[in-house]
Amino acid sequence: MNDAPPLIRLSGVTKSYGRGHAEFQALKGIDLTIGSGDFVAVMGPSGSGKSTTMNILGCLDTPTSGSYQFQGVHVERLERNQRALLRRHYLGFVFQGFNLLARTTALENVELPLIYRGEPAAVRREAARAALEQVGLKGWESHTPAELSGGQQQRVAIARAIVTRPEVLLADEPTGNLDTRTSHEIMELITSLNERLGITVLMVTHEPDVASYARRVVHFVDGLVESDRRHGEES
Amino acid sequence: MLWNTLLLSLRAIRRNLMRSFLTVLGIVIGVAAVVIMVTLGNGATKSVSDQISSMGSNLLMVMPGQRFGPGSDAAPSFKSADIEAIRSQISSAEWVAPVAGKSVTTVYQSRNWPTVVSGTSNDYFHAGNWELAAGRMFGEGEERGGKAVCVIGETVRKKLFGGQNPVGCEIRVKDFSCEVVGVLKSKGQSGMGSDQDDSIIMPLKTVQRRLTGNQDVSRFTVSVRKGASIDAATRQLTLLLRERRKIGDNEEDDFRVMDTRQIAQTLTSTTKILTMLLSAVAAVSLLVGGIGIMNIMLVSVTERTREIGIRLAIGALEREVLLQFLIEAVVLAGMGGLAGIALATGASMALARAMNIPYLFDLKINLLSFLFSTAIGVIFGFFPARRAAGLNPIDALRHE
Repeated sequence: MNDAPPLIRLSGVTKSYGRGHAEFQALKGIDLTIGSGDFVAVMGPSGSGKSTTMNILGCLDTPTSGSYQFQGVHVERLERNQRALLRRHYLGFVFQGFNLLARTTALENVELPLIYRGEPAAVRREAARAALEQVGLKGWESHTPAELSGGQQQRVAIARAIVTRPEVLLADEPTGNLDTRTSHEIMELITSLNERLGITVLMVTHEPDVASYARRVVHFVDGLVESDRRHGEES
Repeated sequence: MLWNTLLLSLRAIRRNLMRSFLTVLGIVIGVAAVVIMVTLGNGATKSVSDQISSMGSNLLMVMPGQRFGPGSDAAPSFKSADIEAIRSQISSAEWVAPVAGKSVTTVYQSRNWPTVVSGTSNDYFHAGNWELAAGRMFGEGEERGGKAVCVIGETVRKKLFGGQNPVGCEIRVKDFSCEVVGVLKSKGQSGMGSDQDDSIIMPLKTVQRRLTGNQDVSRFTVSVRKGASIDAATRQLTLLLRERRKIGDNEEDDFRVMDTRQIAQTLTSTTKILTMLLSAVAAVSLLVGGIGIMNIMLVSVTERTREIGIRLAIGALEREVLLQFLIEAVVLAGMGGLAGIALATGASMALARAMNIPYLFDLKINLLSFLFSTAIGVIFGFFPARRAAGLNPIDALRHE
């Protein structure tokens, strides 16, 4: 067990934007290890580097230096297309702004990742229906985002993220655009996905309420990890 | 992968019906405008050159004065004697057809019709490639004696007689009645747009005696024998006329000799210039269509960039995204191009019929405008997408 590489290991990851005098270091050397099946909340004030870290973990962005290993594979050495395939097969995303395709039905939105995977139409449709049912949207398959509430849109986004049975679900402020009640519904859904399907969840949030659903909370300040504690531990 | 990408492209088209429709519309208008203009221009040119070749390629037209057209400067008319001199002295002249014209109103029973009477000889029919639809030409005695007989054009027949057979009937021309002995076959519009069938032909003497009251011949046509040199005939004719009209060595001609080649050249070059002008206007509309497409594509670039970000985030490869957008652009532009050609074909057929010119399918211009507009559609649909697909997914997602 101990020989197997951890699911995710960041070591000495930095990220800078701009050049010369305008250079801004968003991450100043992050070390972070996340095991399979964990539920991690990343917290911190604006500009602390939590979203940047999330984007690097999700292969949406690349680190300036340092290494990022995913199941022992050095992601920073992968090229663009390989990173896309990693996203396709192992990662699922949920964003603050939902990022659903406009004027496209819930079913087609959820089907989308499966199309890129090359699944046949029948399998695709079945899996998309099942995923929508799983997030509690049975009967809403043919609605477009404009016809759904914010909470429902986020559920569609979650269905889209889990329809491929990803290893990791990355959620960047998933409740940021939602009211308190809906936020809790969404968090309960995410928690149940973590518990029932064993999907590792990484979530950025600045709401302590929301973070309390996680088993582990990592605090970022000023581009560095300030604290990293498990639920129930004292700081 | 291709099949799936095609599916994605078609979904994207369906999802953005308005944008797709406007893109297609821009191309349709551009293609149709160019194709219609060029097709009609070609038809008009063809119709003009057909008219000219129906006149015969070996004609010399001679008229007093130096200017082309009616109302010439005050040069004296030709006389009947000039015609006789040409007939006897210029060996390469096959037919010499004098014309003494007069505008008159013709009456048959209760109908009347204003037209032009041309006094001429049977040579007129030969030189002008006129054929008879009914009846006969003039008899020798009728020509020599200036009898009141006439051959009428198709328009005159229609206006005066309707469905009735006019041969043998008497029509009133000014103050005398005149027997219709023949009807000309229709020739339609001339290259300059006048109705060639709207005329009445009478023997020269008849017109001179009863209508104009003098021996003048306002113009005449000489057809040059096959094989004889048109230039040589023109020179001989000019010399003879200068001598007969007593023009001094240092003086300019006070008449003009034109051959049909010159007229053909003038007319076809005019229609060609017009075609070019129309094509330029059409090219502008193609350009405007292209700018419309560009606009639509650029306006939607934010939405498309985010869409590309979403696709990349959920695991699409850059080349899959690009292929999708390429297919989308090609499908839309191709549909627009085909619809434009279909519209243009229908419209040019209808317009050609209405304008009484032949419809000529021009493969080159169809292909050219199709390719051009498709290229615009593809370039403006595809290149913004290419830029977006090259971004980091997170930058594409955050595009504003």
